[in-house]
Amino acid sequence: MDFKGISKQIRKDTLWTIGNLGVGHIGGSLSIIEVLVLLYYKYLNIDPSLPNKEGRDRLIVSKGHAGPAVYAVLANKGYFPKELLGTLNKNGTLLPSHCDMRLAGVDMTTGSLGQGFSCAVGIAKASKLSNDGAKIYSIIGDGESQEGQIWEAAMFAGSHKLDNFIAILDKNNYQIDGAVDVINSIDPIGDKFKAFNFEVIEVKDGNDVDQIDEALSKAKEVKGKPTMLILHTVKGKGVKSIENAGAGNHNMKYDLNKTAEFLKEVEEN
Amino acid sequence: MFENIEMRVVLGNLLKETLEKDKKVVVLDADLANANGTLKLRDSFPDRAFDVGVAEANMASMAAGMASYGYKPFITSFTPFATRRIADQIAISICYSNMNVKIIGTDPGISAEFNGGTHMSVEDIGILRGIPNIVIYEPVDAVQLFKSWDAILNYVGPLYIRLFRKDSKIIFKDDYKFDLFKADILKEGKDLTIFASGIMVEESLKAIEELKGIDIELINVHTIKPIDKETVIKSALKTKRVVIAENHNIINGLGSAILETLENNPVPSKRIGIPDRFGEVGKMPYLKEIMHMTKDDIIQAVKELMTSK
Repeated sequence: MDFKGISKQIRKDTLWTIGNLGVGHIGGSLSIIEVLVLLYYKYLNIDPSLPNKEGRDRLIVSKGHAGPAVYAVLANKGYFPKELLGTLNKNGTLLPSHCDMRLAGVDMTTGSLGQGFSCAVGIAKASKLSNDGAKIYSIIGDGESQEGQIWEAAMFAGSHKLDNFIAILDKNNYQIDGAVDVINSIDPIGDKFKAFNFEVIEVKDGNDVDQIDEALSKAKEVKGKPTMLILHTVKGKGVKSIENAGAGNHNMKYDLNKTAEFLKEVEEN
Repeated sequence: MFENIEMRVVLGNLLKETLEKDKKVVVLDADLANANGTLKLRDSFPDRAFDVGVAEANMASMAAGMASYGYKPFITSFTPFATRRIADQIAISICYSNMNVKIIGTDPGISAEFNGGTHMSVEDIGILRGIPNIVIYEPVDAVQLFKSWDAILNYVGPLYIRLFRKDSKIIFKDDYKFDLFKADILKEGKDLTIFASGIMVEESLKAIEELKGIDIELINVHTIKPIDKETVIKSALKTKRVVIAENHNIINGLGSAILETLENNPVPSKRIGIPDRFGEVGKMPYLKEIMHMTKDDIIQAVKELMTSK
């Protein structure tokens, strides 16, 4: 499957979804496009026509502000009509900028950072109790990893050897107020998760579909402990002016005229 | 049938029976299982009764995740750690997401006794009352807890049980019928209404015993949210004088809920409860004394209302 090509489409849809509104969490949405594509188009055992099917694999995007990227993938997978992307954050929408499970395909409501990761650990525990063989994935942010609750959840997952749990860290190096390293460094983050009894897999280029693919296939085979994939990504990936904005791209204003330029840039790359 | 049986023992037995009947029920503790009567459940149900350690935030959100999977979690801790400490997890993971999680908080208000000010929640009802989509329920005695159990299980959604965990004074009779959303009229009267919850029901009964010349109506408001507006308004309009007695800060607790309910039908009222201060160590009689929560305080409030025009 052409994961690169699909990623290009999802990236464009994400850019349009926020551009159509005029403002949004573009940086942290663009940094996880490739991993979302790999999960939804290869790894997750799901059926978009049966969004609540029991025993399905689940993805909890704990960094809930990446909602626009998640919605773009779900629309392309056929969970709902693509036109709904035009309702992001508009009055009465089912697509608030933070992931909301009232929308088909979203497995958990997230947005208050750290909580989704705990919910995901609860879901992994529930899947173990049900003995249904499901894999439970969760994406967290690097800024989010400053939350104490991340470590409460990690400790439980490691302690209880939840090997059906595959965590993914979007290490894009920026949070709202600046560079993560400057504000409150989370490093050495791999060592921290190792110390919490996770198998840790570093992905040097977290926006490279082949590297992500290889890491996810390894993660699926890990037995006896949960896995943490550390994706070294670029916040705002795919549009140079957005990437260069650094922390400024967390919640960024741009209109549809600008969007047209961005889409052209993505198309030509 | 429950004389001299601690409420935590009744809770443990009810949970054991429920775990046996329903494979979707799970019980999560945060290192207070021994205190809350849930520790022994692990002998019979090692997979579905488990401890997350001292990590209440994780417990609350994990429970929400498990509920999203079709499980029916009960989470337990002392009231301050089951509410104040995890207000955001309750608000977002549980209530905003509308997850079927039952939160059991034990040792409310002054009943924390020797655990003192750090463990004495004066604000748990206030915190939860401000969060949409949660039921707040406080059983008075072991009989009421027992009789309410089916209603608790049948209610799908977030529900907080504010539980006195020790040996309760038995108020309710064995033929008592429970309705989660209906307050209990324990005694009818026409001169004044006392609305009481938790341990203050017993105190109110003692006060009524001494106030024989005054025809007092006593109503146990076991469910503080959503409050039984019909019963509250009907009684207040009948007696036109209201005393509220609760084991919580007089700000944001039952008293506030009652007075809000009466906003279009205001009547003279007095609130008995923790007078907007933190707790301290002590046995209940001492704590009632310093918090002005004794039967004598209730008697004085009643008399003041009866003599005012």
